[in-house]
Amino acid sequence: MKNDYILEIEDLTVKYITEDSIVSAVNNMSLKLERGNTLGFVGETGAGKTTTAKSIMRLLPEPPTKIESGKIIFNGENILEKSIKHMQSIRGNKISMIFQDPMTALNPVIPIIDQIAEVILLHQTKDRKAAYKRAEEMLEIVEIKKERGEEYPHQFSGGMKQRVVIAIALACTPDLLIADEPTTALDVTIQAQVLKLMHDIKESNNTSMIMITHDLGIVAEACDNVAVIYAGSIVEYGTKEDIFNSHAHPYTEGLFNCIPDLSKTESELIPIKGIMPDPSDLPTGCKFHPRCPYAVDRCSKEEPESKEISDGHMVKCFLEHRK
Amino acid sequence: MLKYIIRRIIMMIPVMLGVTFVVFTMLYITPGDPAQTILGENATEETIAELREEMGLDRPFIIQYFDYVWKIVTKGDFGRSYTNQQPVINALIDRFPNTIILAVSSAAIAVILGLILGVVSAVKQYSIFDNFSMTLALIGLSMPNFWQGLLLMLLFSLKLGWFPVSGFTTWKHLILPALTVGTSSCAIIARMTRSSMLEVVRQDYVDSARAKGQKEYIVIIKHALRNAMIPIITAVGLQFGAMLGGSVITESVFSIPGIGKLMVDSIKARDYPSVQAGVLLIALSFCVVNLLVDLLYAATDPRMKSNIEGKA
Repeated sequence: MKNDYILEIEDLTVKYITEDSIVSAVNNMSLKLERGNTLGFVGETGAGKTTTAKSIMRLLPEPPTKIESGKIIFNGENILEKSIKHMQSIRGNKISMIFQDPMTALNPVIPIIDQIAEVILLHQTKDRKAAYKRAEEMLEIVEIKKERGEEYPHQFSGGMKQRVVIAIALACTPDLLIADEPTTALDVTIQAQVLKLMHDIKESNNTSMIMITHDLGIVAEACDNVAVIYAGSIVEYGTKEDIFNSHAHPYTEGLFNCIPDLSKTESELIPIKGIMPDPSDLPTGCKFHPRCPYAVDRCSKEEPESKEISDGHMVKCFLEHRK
Repeated sequence: MLKYIIRRIIMMIPVMLGVTFVVFTMLYITPGDPAQTILGENATEETIAELREEMGLDRPFIIQYFDYVWKIVTKGDFGRSYTNQQPVINALIDRFPNTIILAVSSAAIAVILGLILGVVSAVKQYSIFDNFSMTLALIGLSMPNFWQGLLLMLLFSLKLGWFPVSGFTTWKHLILPALTVGTSSCAIIARMTRSSMLEVVRQDYVDSARAKGQKEYIVIIKHALRNAMIPIITAVGLQFGAMLGGSVITESVFSIPGIGKLMVDSIKARDYPSVQAGVLLIALSFCVVNLLVDLLYAATDPRMKSNIEGKA
């Protein structure tokens, strides 16, 4: 086999260009996703997770967004070079996206069955009857009675809406599913339900997935690999075990310090001090150095390269504190 | 839904009664004696008094009012015109179709053009097209009707000879007045469409539709525009209601025998029954248009529909 990667991102740089400033949302990001795997994108709000995801879908409005450089290779083809028409045949068909907020992701004036059938009609069949039958099947897969298909989004609860969104995203059995914080807007009991549903459908179709989240619990539950993103770049990348058991980047360490550990009696949460840097005015050197407890002189001057500290485990840090 | 419509129609009754009362009172307290107007300057006191008695004008106000309403409700009798002694209803039936034709064609121009300008301006925000059409809209909105009518007449009727100057018989007579009436409405609808669309095109569900691989123009029309329709329908309804009241100025400029012109002429002649019946007709049209607008809301937005059905 030529390669077993469904998606490769090489050196992707995305900027938002406005009249008063240039915002670097994604900086020289590179990553690879193996077919059938789930990659977690972890990072704070504003780290560039959603921008990366929307770049893969080519959904960023241009202007103000500009993909400055890089390649996004999906199934061996650089989709950044494809026409919009070609993208329209990929979107919803080969790559699907689940949006963050199910409350706003569904069109309020269209019955949900029509919204599911729409994507099937676009990519799979022109036969309306077959499409609606398939849409009803999808509803049942996500455990919504097909009789409710004629109803409108406002007649459903948040969890049900997210399940409809999932049904739309998976209706054409895509090769790659991008889930942008699919459970953030849901309450905890529903979260588990939705995650299990996504997991089951993914397993049965061998779908690859990018799971965007800031919840390390979801990462532990759902992901094979993890990319920790800070200020538009991946600062640490590895398997779930690498990240959970032997994380090396100070930012990843900071993230884990923010989770309560109930096994220790006197544990205290240690927040990462400071706030995310303004992406229109990023610090020189390592982007994390102003907040890093281990920062040394060198960190503010040079930007560290990504280096492999064990097989497939990449860290973008000089790791001076470990020497 | 049917229940809601019936309920709304019943609710029109008190509104219309209120309108009759207000109009009747206003005309009653207006100076000037209809009997004097009918008989002219040279009539004697006696003949005037006689006519007043014959017309029932000597009775107390409240009796006159109830008599008026009673005749309308039981016989559909809106009284006779003071100027030509014909039932006023005839003049209205004669004139109202002209006003309706003018209103419908003006509204059609305004809606079609306004929607196109508004949608394209919103989709291509800050583009040359956007700036150009919004400037145009501002001009259309600010230009007085009569002046615009005269300018159109000057260019298309007198200079180019494409359309007749006045009258109202063939479709050619309709074009210039419809443009005149439609321009400001078109500008209002274009601006409303643009701002409403700008709000909607940033919604997640529009991106969802794109993420399905839907073509851009379908995304805009099916997913965005339909959600942007509520404020647009409101604006169209208000504009159309006003047009049904007759475009006094445009009708005068182009000598169109419509309701607006009839009203002005009747007021000048102190022809009270005509004025009263005209106002009633205009109020009724407004009520009907309002009902249609509410029904359109329900048809476009299912959330409104469940609201309406919940109340019925």
